[in-house]
Amino acid sequence: MSTFQDFPIRWGMVIDIDKCTGCGACVVACNKENNIAPQDNQLRRIEAKGFPTRFKKIEWLTIYELTDGGDTAYLPRPCMQCGVPSCVSVCPAIATDKNENGGIVSQIYPRCFGCRYCMASCPYHARVFNWDQPVWPEGMEKQLTPHTSVRSRGVVEKCSFCHHRLMYAKDAARVAGEDPEKLADGAYMPACAEVCPTGAITFGDVKNPEHAVYELARSPHTFRLLARLGTDPQVYYMSKRAWVRLQGDNYLANEKAQVNEGGAHHG
Amino acid sequence: MDRALWPEGVERCSLGKFLLWLGVCGVVFALGAYEAIMILFPDGLARTALDNYFGFGLWITFDLAVIALGAGAFFTGLLKYILDIKELEKIVNLTVIIGFLCYSGAMLILALDVGQPLRSWFGFWHPNVHSMLTEVMFCITCYLMVLTLEFIPNILENRKLNQIPLLHNIAHNFHYVMPLIAGIGAFLSTFHQGSLGGMYGVLFGRPYVLRDGFFIWPWTFFLFVLSAVGSGPCFSVLVVKLMELLTGKKLVDWNVKRLMCKIAGTMLTLYVFLKILDTWAWATDVLPRSGLTWDQMFNSDLGYGVSLLWIEIGLCGVVPAVLLMVSAFRNIPALLYTGAILSCVGVTINRYVFTVQALAIPVMPFDKWYLYVPNWAEWGPSVMVIAYGFIVTSLAYRYLPVFPQEVALNAKAPAAPVAPAAPAEAEQPA
Ligand code: SF4
Ligand code: SF4
Repeated sequence: MSTFQDFPIRWGMVIDIDKCTGCGACVVACNKENNIAPQDNQLRRIEAKGFPTRFKKIEWLTIYELTDGGDTAYLPRPCMQCGVPSCVSVCPAIATDKNENGGIVSQIYPRCFGCRYCMASCPYHARVFNWDQPVWPEGMEKQLTPHTSVRSRGVVEKCSFCHHRLMYAKDAARVAGEDPEKLADGAYMPACAEVCPTGAITFGDVKNPEHAVYELARSPHTFRLLARLGTDPQVYYMSKRAWVRLQGDNYLANEKAQVNEGGAHHG
Repeated sequence: MDRALWPEGVERCSLGKFLLWLGVCGVVFALGAYEAIMILFPDGLARTALDNYFGFGLWITFDLAVIALGAGAFFTGLLKYILDIKELEKIVNLTVIIGFLCYSGAMLILALDVGQPLRSWFGFWHPNVHSMLTEVMFCITCYLMVLTLEFIPNILENRKLNQIPLLHNIAHNFHYVMPLIAGIGAFLSTFHQGSLGGMYGVLFGRPYVLRDGFFIWPWTFFLFVLSAVGSGPCFSVLVVKLMELLTGKKLVDWNVKRLMCKIAGTMLTLYVFLKILDTWAWATDVLPRSGLTWDQMFNSDLGYGVSLLWIEIGLCGVVPAVLLMVSAFRNIPALLYTGAILSCVGVTINRYVFTVQALAIPVMPFDKWYLYVPNWAEWGPSVMVIAYGFIVTSLAYRYLPVFPQEVALNAKAPAAPVAPAAPAEAEQPA
């Protein structure tokens, strides 16, 4: 089993569920930023050959709809960049690792041989597999993000918190004569956080008091998905609605009083 | 026509009939091979019913099941060569062939099941020592080599090959090192049977299979080893029985079958006892700790009902354990075979629920249950491996001295029998 690794920086994302309208802008931004081929083409191609398409879609960020029967909430789910990732220890080829300051869980596409054990281990369904070769509409290759690799058939991929943007931000800091390990709040921002029209997604270093996420992650309304399994996610959710928080971590009927662990684990 | 190649003193069907049989198996093999080739080349895994939800499915279940059923090889080898149980030499050749087929078949399927087969060696080149799958990859590959080494002397004992002095000597000398090979095989096999279980037990994101267990080993490590040795020898006996039915010959004497099933029964009993304890500990510790309940683990509407658990532990666990352990039952062929079949079904259900049900259960409370039904693209290669097993076993039976007792057991009855013939398998009471 993986053990917890502490890093001086802990890149974290705080998603305010009460602000999220489920519009899907984050999903579109993520797909575009990370060179995810338009899925319609791909799924049509698979279907045209008579193969099943259920859950063969590639999407790093999925929006789940939560309900308590009357009220509805939307929960965007990127990779949780778990502090104790269940996916890393199982990979036979070290194609995925958590070793970088900031704690982003990497995925090395040319190293992955597609055994999908990481997918089986991740309780969040955060990993997706390339069932077929990606199909790019003609001309779209000119719009690909040059610093994000494209993936081939047969490998697993997942959200990287737009890691290439961290590289840009560090480069920019170096050019400006600043310390790349002490980026200012907002200097590094994944595409989904940047594009969210309601400002539901905040991003930064949860260990740095100068970053907005520092306070947010410690709010009494903050919770993490399935935190009790011990994965120690670096994605935090906020909601003032108790039922949303309860659904976030499988609370049993006899434990209605929520164990608030919002500020408890920040490495 | 090919009589000169048959083992000394045995009778076989005509070459025409044999070729017809091989042809039928070959057609089934070809149907599956077609799917395999389509997956490897033009279509990839898009062809299968696997998806992002069920990254593991029929193939992993099939692999785990055949590897468990192939455990007769290492366990019989261990008992024969290391613990020196002489009786087992009458069946050990066959268990080696079964083991070889199960492991090579599993590797064929694994080569299809990974997205990038040409990169499969990355697990050896960049091994992650923390991954149970790495251990499985190393052990399966090494053990397949061991099984090949164990199979070679039997091939070299073919009547014609054995006339070549060099091959004769090689085969002869192999026997001296066999205890060493069997020892290495037993070690490798135990470890990867365990690692296959460990692969699931360490999945702390999947409370259905999570078992914290002992040191770095989750309980599933030990449960998988025990369930494999509790069913592998039964499977070997069933294969003998099937071959006897197909060929109309007696191949292995009843005492050996009974001994195999007794050994399997002992292991199965221990396994079932521990499995019941394990299930209880899981229900009262792992589940509540994960915020999940017993009821959330099962879904009868989609075929993941709790009845599967009762069938696995009760009907295919406790019942065969009793049938195979109690000599009064074990001595009755029908009950012995029933016990053996149930035990093999039980281990297969176990591997299925650990693979498919484990993934079907929604861990996030707002997630849903999904049904997984494998399609022909997955069944085809599995059927191909079974056909491959039939073909190799048929060739081995026809041309290799697999069963040392065959000649004696099928000797023509004397003209005037001294006593009326007793039912074939009931002639020797306990
Ligand atoms: S969410 Fe899943 S894929 Fe992401 S780090 Fe955690 S276990 Fe790994
Ligand atoms: S699919 Fe790739 S990343 Fe995932 S466990 Fe296998 S080799 Fe590692």
